[in-house]
Amino acid sequence: MSEEKDKQPLCAGRRETLKKLIAAPVLGAMAYGVYKKMQYDRSRRSVGELFRLDAPPQAREFDPEGNPVRIGLVGYGIRGKLLMRALGFAEPSRIDTLKEAALLNSRDRRYADYMEQESLNVTVTAVCDIFDTYAEEAVVAGSNIYREGTGGRMGPAPKRYRTYRELIAAEDVDAVIIATPDHWHGTIAMEAALAGKHVYLEKPATWTVPETYMLREVIKKTGVVFSLGHQGRQTDSYIRAKQIVDKGILGHVSLIEVCTNRNDPNGAWVYPIHETASPSTIDWKQFEGDPARIREYMDYMTSHGLARYVGPEARGQFSLERFFRWRCWWDYSTGLSGDLLTHEYDAVNQIMGCGIPHSATSSGGVYFFKDGRTVPDVLQTTFEFPDRDLTMLYSATLASERDRGKVFMGHDASMEVSSSLIVKADPASTRYAEQIKSGLIKPDMPIMTYVPGQEGVDAVTSATELYFAQRGLLYSYVNGRRYSTTYLHLREWVDCIRHGGTPSCDVDAAFEEAIAAHMGTRAWLEGRTMYWDRDKEEIVRG
Amino acid sequence: MQTYSKIQTFWLVALRMAIGWHFLYEGIAKALSPKWTAAGYLMDSQGWFASMFRWMAGSETTLGIVDFCNEWGLVLIGLGLIAGCMARAASIGGIVLLGFYFLSHPPFIGSESMFMLPREGSYMWIDRNLIEIAALALLYVFPTSRRFGLDGYIFKKKNNV
Repeated sequence: MSEEKDKQPLCAGRRETLKKLIAAPVLGAMAYGVYKKMQYDRSRRSVGELFRLDAPPQAREFDPEGNPVRIGLVGYGIRGKLLMRALGFAEPSRIDTLKEAALLNSRDRRYADYMEQESLNVTVTAVCDIFDTYAEEAVVAGSNIYREGTGGRMGPAPKRYRTYRELIAAEDVDAVIIATPDHWHGTIAMEAALAGKHVYLEKPATWTVPETYMLREVIKKTGVVFSLGHQGRQTDSYIRAKQIVDKGILGHVSLIEVCTNRNDPNGAWVYPIHETASPSTIDWKQFEGDPARIREYMDYMTSHGLARYVGPEARGQFSLERFFRWRCWWDYSTGLSGDLLTHEYDAVNQIMGCGIPHSATSSGGVYFFKDGRTVPDVLQTTFEFPDRDLTMLYSATLASERDRGKVFMGHDASMEVSSSLIVKADPASTRYAEQIKSGLIKPDMPIMTYVPGQEGVDAVTSATELYFAQRGLLYSYVNGRRYSTTYLHLREWVDCIRHGGTPSCDVDAAFEEAIAAHMGTRAWLEGRTMYWDRDKEEIVRG
Repeated sequence: MQTYSKIQTFWLVALRMAIGWHFLYEGIAKALSPKWTAAGYLMDSQGWFASMFRWMAGSETTLGIVDFCNEWGLVLIGLGLIAGCMARAASIGGIVLLGFYFLSHPPFIGSESMFMLPREGSYMWIDRNLIEIAALALLYVFPTSRRFGLDGYIFKKKNNV
């Protein structure tokens, strides 16, 4: 008993010590848990090894050194304004708007981004628009070299030309940006190139089929730097998507589905009519188009029984609707094919390198905007590439905004391309069968995600980053600066002018883009399949 | 301490361990993830102090400091609570950190629609951060670390608790 009494304090002391070290088993459990978690992450990363990509091809370094490139702008409508802003010449009222927005919402970075956008070392020396108000606005924007708001300092004003021909002939113009309606694209581009001016041409490259061949020939013959305005060529995720396809991660891609979904009058080309517009402020004669082009257009329409798509108003008859909403009529437009299919096709061509399709079929009609337009507002075009065992399906409506992605469907995985990339394994994949069976790859979970600006492709999805990316809300400071793709596309062109080189959307890509779009258009107009004879380089009827 | 019943002591210690675990693992997970940064969370802030939190994310220097303090603060607070080492200081530290999280993402009516980051659960005024703050305050006023933790050695002389 006495012994026990002696021992008691010792036991109590030991017990007290053990109580004080109660953390030991808890920390042990934590260490074990962290070890297991790291093991799990490593196994996930080993899946990631399967998909490791090389570093992305480095974007062309921009070197602003050298003489400023003197630019003439033809067409200061909706797109022309955007191009001028991307060049660094926003109208003062635009600066006011951005400033106000930044004051109201500190998260609105557009003003700061715009002010920080590096100078391209260009000057706008000439502008041309056949609507006086737009032309005057273009002069003001071109003088806003300090990027100031209303009442701010202005630089020297660019000269306004009444016709594109005078602008092209001006000695102080090195390069021409063309943002006119479609029916003028090829003509102005060719004349500019023949005058030795470099050309940045908005898409689509051409309005008629014959001028497509001429444009390619003229650009090649003159050797000017030509860039077609598919700014998607600069999109980070497209460049990564190409790497993924080239590495065979998707397996054989048999079907690509691309879409356009808009649901508002503006998206359906019912643009506002400017209050100052009238026969006295618009040079309608020039708007009508180049006689040679009109002849090509009319030859095609009349010789194929398509006269019902011409007009309906006479070409010479002044119309505000037709001037501002020209996209709604074949007389000036290339419809959905030229305006929106071309963006999707060019992205697919960039990623897959598939070239001109073997055949095209189209269907659709004017199903919603029954406002007298001749171009369809719902269009499906199917391009076949039998040598690649591939179909590209374009599906568009201007009367529903339901989001449908750009999806590349491969036997082993599918890839959804937007501003970010998501790759999911196919449950029936051959290549990943083992990993799917062992649970390393879950077909319903992304196996790869790419968020622009992030250093690498992530094999382990971060929900947060994906969420930001899908909404286009990734903040530039996280992973470096963020740029507008139009700015980058123009920058590439300017750099090639100054230091040599070929822009990413050169005249060969433009030729492929234009022919593909024309095949889709003709298939719809004529209601038959159009084939591409690769040897003769001709569109052939089925 | 002598005044706590066994069951009271058990649950106070369990609460301390659970909160410590939560902090420690959150810190380790961030420290082990090289790409982790508080930038997105800070930029997503709403409420009265939103501009301050966005300022923190605004420069690489401040963001670096915030990220470092957050990661290692979480680890130290977690260790302190589990090991019962400077547990009251750890409680205060935890309250401060949670206070920042609460203020940057206050669960006010209507604010959920303003956050871009997906939130877990539905809250009105009181959210998990605030509840954990209350629990840490409770641990501060009902300490257990001198009998069940290293504070017993650290504060040996003042063995009154």
